[in-house]
This record gives sequence, C-alpha cells and structure tokens, in this order.
Amino acid sequence: MAMGARSDHARVDIARRRLLVGAGGLVLGPCLLPLAATATPEAMDAAVRQVVGTGMVRPGRVKLEIPELAENGFSVPMTISIESPMTAADHVRTIYVFSEKNPLPNVVRFHLGPRAGRARVQTSIRLADTQRITAIAAMSDQSLWSATADVIVTLSACLETG
Amino acid sequence: MAQTRIVLPKTAKKGEIIEIKSLIQHAMETGHRRDNMGLAIPRHIIKSYRVTYAGEEVFRAELFPGVAANPYFSFTTVATVSGDVVFTWEDDRGTVVTETVRLTVT
Repeated sequence: MAMGARSDHARVDIARRRLLVGAGGLVLGPCLLPLAATATPEAMDAAVRQVVGTGMVRPGRVKLEIPELAENGFSVPMTISIESPMTAADHVRTIYVFSEKNPLPNVVRFHLGPRAGRARVQTSIRLADTQRITAIAAMSDQSLWSATADVIVTLSACLETG
Repeated sequence: MAQTRIVLPKTAKKGEIIEIKSLIQHAMETGHRRDNMGLAIPRHIIKSYRVTYAGEEVFRAELFPGVAANPYFSFTTVATVSGDVVFTWEDDRGTVVTETVRLTVT
C-alpha cells in the first residue's frame, strides 16, 4: 500500500539520520518532510533585497544574541538590541530577521519607534537546521545595519511529525 | 480559547523605560508538517501583533512560521501618561484577540 511504502521510506530516512549522527555528524540536511522545501542563502538574499531595496546594509550597531548551540530548533530564544538613542530624530524603525535554512527566509519583523525608549526586543524562533541567522535594522535616517549569528541545531524543528 | 499572558508594571514614573512581556498560547502551525496519515497539516499562524499605549502604537510585529509556538515578545516603552496598554493579535483565520492592561504613571 502507498501509505505503508511512505512510512517505510520515512523509517529508512530516520535510520540514515541516526547513522549520520552516530558517525559524529550533527543532524544536518534538508527537512524530512517533502512539503518543506528549505530556503537557501540565495533565497534569503532575495528576501533581504525585497525589504531593503538597493540600500547598503552595513555590519554593526546591531547585537544579535542567540545560543551558539541549540539542543533543538523548536524554540530558540533570541535577543536583538541596537545602538540607537531612540529619539524622534534618530531611531530604529524596523528590525528584520532572516533565516537561510528554514522553509521560509522571513522569520519575524518588529516595528518600533521613539516611544520604545530603547531598541531591544526578544522572541523565540524555530530553526530547521544548523545555520546563520541575520538581523537587519532599518533606521529613521534610512541607514541599514546588520548582525549575524551562527547556531548549531542538533534536532531540527522540522522533525516534529505527529 | 487561546490565552495571552502579559507582564508589565502596574505603575511607573513618568519618563521611565518599562519592559513589557507577553506570551500568547498558539500552536503556530507551520503548514510544513504532515499528520499520522501523511496528510499536510494546514498552516495556522498568528500574522500580526500590535501594541498601543494611550491610543498610540508603540510596538508591532509581523510573524512568519519561523516564530516558535506560543509566541513570546519582550520590548520596551517610555511611560508617558496613565492609560491603557492594548495588545491585539490576529491569526490567518481571522481570529482577533485583544487584551487591555492599565498602566498608571506617577
């Protein structure tokens, strides 16, 4: 039966994964599920371009705090803070978070302004794989600043099948 | 029904920067998973989260499936006047939830 064949296939896939882990590798590779085509660094670049246009993104002013090693990718805490006086004349407008290996390159966006007092936000995100996360801050003077962080994920968020 | 848990000080001094934290109970189903029968589980996520304070927007987030289940947000705002802090989130099935917390500024 088609159903049985599918689950056999999945079992083989899992066995292969275990073998990879046993061989000293981390759980890498694409999501187990055929539904979840993963983003690529190129897809991420395209998503970045969509929001920043032709603006130049410079590294700096953004601090991206995320664990270097996440036991699983279901809920990884992340703190983003930006050096900004957060005044009416000079403040952070938007913070964008991008993933290069999740099924979708866009993860979350925050819109803030001088009323925030401080440019610091926290949330928890999903990570489908070991990857580099990018945060880009768009300032009120149109400048764009970024930070990246590499996270090793030992259990992908895509493996949470029912 | 989904719950929203909100933490913020009841009172603050004028000009003080206060931290606001919230946790929304929501599966944030990605749409990338399959159930036991191999059928795709449809996407069901919160799309937007907005916070106003004394009638003015102070924080807004756009969510994608990459936000973990039970979305947690922490951010800050400057205490200006006594007023309502209103949290509104909307999911992709049109459910809108609003929670209001009173902040007294001294």
